[in-house]
Order: sequence, then C-alpha cells, then structure tokens
Amino acid sequence: MSIIINHLNYIYDEDTAMAHPALIDVNLKIPDGQFIGLIGHTGSGKSTLIQHMNGLIKPSSGNVFFDNEDINEQGYDKKKLRSNVGLVFQYPEHQLFETDCFKDVCFGPKNLGLPQKEVELRAFEALEQVGFDATYFYQSPFDLSGGQKRRVAIAGVLAMKPRVLILDEPTAGLDPKGREDILNLISDLHKKMNITIILVSHSMEDVADYVERIIVMNKGRVAFDAEPRDVFSHVKELEEIGLAAPQVTYCMQELREAGFDVDTGVTTLEEAKKEILKAFGKC
Amino acid sequence: MLRDITLGQYYRTESVIHRLDPRVKIVGTFSFIISLFLVKNFIGYAIAGLFLVICIKLSNVPPKFIFRGMKAIFFLLLITMVFNLFLTPGEAIFSFWKFQITKEGIKLAAMMGIRLVFLITGSSLMTLTTTPNNLTDGLENLLNPLKKIRVPVHEISMMMSIALRFIPILMEETDKIMKAQMARGADFESGSLIQRAKSLIPLLVPLFISAFRRANDLAMAMEARCYRGGEGRTKMKPLIYKKRDAIGYLVIVLFVALVIVFGRILFR
Ligand SMILES: Nc1ncnc2c1ncn2[C@@H]1O[C@H](COP(=O)(O)OP(=O)(O)OP(=O)(O)O)[C@@H](O)[C@H]1O
Ligand SMILES: [Mg+2]
Repeated sequence: MSIIINHLNYIYDEDTAMAHPALIDVNLKIPDGQFIGLIGHTGSGKSTLIQHMNGLIKPSSGNVFFDNEDINEQGYDKKKLRSNVGLVFQYPEHQLFETDCFKDVCFGPKNLGLPQKEVELRAFEALEQVGFDATYFYQSPFDLSGGQKRRVAIAGVLAMKPRVLILDEPTAGLDPKGREDILNLISDLHKKMNITIILVSHSMEDVADYVERIIVMNKGRVAFDAEPRDVFSHVKELEEIGLAAPQVTYCMQELREAGFDVDTGVTTLEEAKKEILKAFGKC
Repeated sequence: MLRDITLGQYYRTESVIHRLDPRVKIVGTFSFIISLFLVKNFIGYAIAGLFLVICIKLSNVPPKFIFRGMKAIFFLLLITMVFNLFLTPGEAIFSFWKFQITKEGIKLAAMMGIRLVFLITGSSLMTLTTTPNNLTDGLENLLNPLKKIRVPVHEISMMMSIALRFIPILMEETDKIMKAQMARGADFESGSLIQRAKSLIPLLVPLFISAFRRANDLAMAMEARCYRGGEGRTKMKPLIYKKRDAIGYLVIVLFVALVIVFGRILFR
C-alpha cells in the first residue's frame, strides 16, 4: 500500500506555444506511515506533483502506482483512489459551498456512496478530529474565520478516511497560533491513525519540526530526498535553489564557528536546546 | 475540457497580424463577417476561405489551436445544418417517411455551415492575435464619435476589458475548484442530465463567491488609485497607425470589393 512514482514527466499546455515542462523524470517511493515534507521554491512543481498522486492530472509520460496498480490504466477506479489518497488543496476554504459546515463535510463521504448514517458519523468524527467547536457545526461556513474555515475544509477530506493525506501549504496565510494548531493536528493524525502524510510547505521550520523525510524539488526535478538532518546539511545547495535551512541550523553553525563544541546537524529547537546545554555543561 | 474554448483567448506569438493595429483587425473582422452575409454563391466563399487561410498562415497561430474552438459550436453547427437540410422546400432529390432532402436544402445547409465556420474562425483569429487590452482600446477608439450622442463609450469598453481580463482568471479558478471537489469524490462527467446539473452546485457556489470577492477587491483597488471614469484620462500606449496598418486597410477594402464583385454581382 504505497505510492510509487516512476519516470514521471509532465508538460503544461503540451503542443501549444506555451508548452513548458513542470515535472522532469521524477522517481519516488512513498511507503506506508511516513511523514514527508515536500519543499521547493515557488514554481518548482510541488502542486503539480501531488495532483498526480490522486489522479487529478494525467502524466505526459511515466507512471504512478498505488498499491501496485497503475492509476492511469483504463478502468482504474479513480473514486476509490481519491478516498484512499486525500488531497487538501492550497487555500482549501475556497472550495466550501454548503449552507452549513456539517453538510459540507458530508460531501466527500456522500460521494463515496456510503449510507447516510455512516456519512454523518464520519463527518462528525472528522470535525471532532480537527478540533472544530461543536457550536459552529450548523453555521454557514462563510461566517467563520479563515482558520476555522480551513479546519472545516480539512475535515471535508478527512471524512473520506484517506490512508494517505496530502496537504498543499496548509498553513499559508494563518497566524502563528493557527499554524501551530494545524501542524499539531496533522502530526496527531499521523501518530494516532498512522496515516501517511505529505506536507507541502515553504517554511523550513514547519517541516523540520515534524517530518521524518524531506523531498526537495527544484525546477521540476527532485533535488534531495533524505532525512531532514541530511538535507539541511546542504545549506549552500539549498540556498542556491532559493531555499534555506531552519534558523537553528544557522545558529548552531555560528556557535560552532565561535568555538563551541555543538552538533551542527540538529534541525529542531528541542534538539538544539539539548546540544547547547550539553556544550555549556562541558565548558 | 475548459481549455477547448479558444474564443476570447489570446495566443502569444510573433507575427504581422499580431503587430497590426487593433482597429484594423476590428474593422477587418467586421468587414469579413458582413461580407459573409453578402455572398450569394460558392465562389465568394472560396475567396473568403482563401483570405482566411492566408490570414491564419500569416498569424503563426497553429490551425489546430484555432479549430479547437470549433468543438464548442459543433452542436450548433449540426442543428443549423440539419434544419436547413430537411426543412427547405424545393425540388426533392431524396425522401423517406415524412422528410425530404431538396436541392435547395443542400445548398442552403452547405452555405450556412460554411458561413458559421468562417464566422467563428474569423472572430477567433481576431481575439487570438490581439490582447484583450488592445482589443478594447481599439474598440473604444473606434466608437469615440458616439460620445457626442452621449453613449458611455469609455465605461462600456472598461467593462469589456475587465470582463475579458477575468475570463482566464475565472477559468483557472474553475479548474482549481473542480479539482478540489474531484479530490472529494465529486463526479462532473457521468450521470443523468439532472444529476449532472446538480453536481455543478459545488462548483458554481465557490466560483460565484470568488468572482464577487474579486470584483469587490478590484473596485476597491481602482478606487484607491483614484479611478473616476474616462474624463481626462490619458493612455500609456496610445494607438498610432503605422504604414502596415494602411496596407491592412487597403487589403480589407480589396477583399470586400472582390467578394462583392465575384460573390454577388458577376455570378448570381
Ligand atoms: N494550470 C497551469 N497551466 C499552465 N502552467 C501551470 C499551471 N499550473 C502550474 N503551472 C506551471 O507549472 C510550474 C509548476 O507549478 P506548481 O504549481 O506545481 O508549482 P509549486 O511548486 O506548487 O509552486 P508554489 O510554491 O508557488 O505553489 C510553474 O512553472 C507554473 O507556472
Ligand atoms: Mg503550489
């Protein structure tokens, strides 16, 4: 039950003058239960890549396999795929349309053809999972704040009970508290339900704090694919492609240059704290 | 699916037709359309067809791209031709049950078909080779005399340019919302007509909301920059005729004369 991407190429507006490649020879294997960060400069092809994973875009060439089946084969059940691979788009609140939040969350499971009871149960569960206040369940989604809307939209995908959840910049445009809430929520989903998570993000901190594997995209190609520690040790290369390492990594490097014996490979605040305390304890 | 609609889209490339003044292209397209209705025989259509082919060739727009727009009007074309084919009275050459095909019917159907195809091709060629901004600039300029009789020319052309500007944006938005709803299992392609109409609600509601939001933002942004209508407004790139535009007008006049002489007067 994994996603395998094999020699994937994608060209937008193929056979017109505007044709330009968005993905070039992408090869990835996404096993079960991983928490993956997908980063890259704007326009590097992240959104295009994730849309291939649940069959919204057909590759120009190459294959995408889910559970060892080619999802672009004739007669493959796309609906089932989309219930297994949930995709939360950037600014998902723009897709809300129902008269109340609860109904909107019901949309996904209803499309799967489940009985009404099951649909409502799932919607209820999903809204609980995202920590949505029950007093707002039957309010119009358009009267909510941005962060609340986003929760409803994420619940709308969660209600389909996906085994792989892909989120395209889920924290874009939220305040620090809202960001942390959403990220903690995603992390919880990963831990408690063992869902595979792919988190697309621009923020190195977001990614470093939570994920166990980072895929870096650059101009349509996979530039790095490794553990955060390994990826962030390539600070120079990252900067060249318009990215950066988390701030703690820079901080540790400067400490090192100043003569402190610290590990420059740490990526999260928690690890950095330990390292620094250790170094000072030794001094 | 949505990308098949080429009417009103601009195709960016380098060509003589692209460089022509928009006024020449607007006048040319209108003359072309009017001449299509003046033509009475196939020789006239042959001339018009030749003119169109030359223009397409000169424009560097791939023909495939132009004819993609034809898919959208295929049904209209089919219905028009079928009605003309079966419902024109005259000398019957083939009949079955209650229907009969007449000689006049065949001729009329063929003419209507050609006329419709040329009309769409001609006007798509204009929009494909002219940016929406240029198009409305040209139109505003051509309609300027109407200001004397208090037609709000500037306002109309501003509305048009905003509408044209928003077509690609709304199309992109539609694409995005459609994908987002498909990711939630929505199905826009199968089912009965009623089911399909119903399945559009999750698409149309967010689309309208976003259109209103955009309209609101745009109005605010225009107001913030002191927009107050056309009075005393100057242009960054005023339209100026060049030599090639004079040649363009000449070609148009020649074309119309040719079509009228051959398509109407010489051969009846
Ligand atoms: N619908 C589209 N039509 C044509 N080109 C597109 C379309 N969507 C994206 N592109 C192009 O494909 C490339 C990759 O875009 P993509 O949206 O995948 O980037 P991204 O990594 O998600 O960027 P961002 O971080 O800004 O969201 C870009 O060069 C973009 O211009
Ligand atoms: Mg993106």
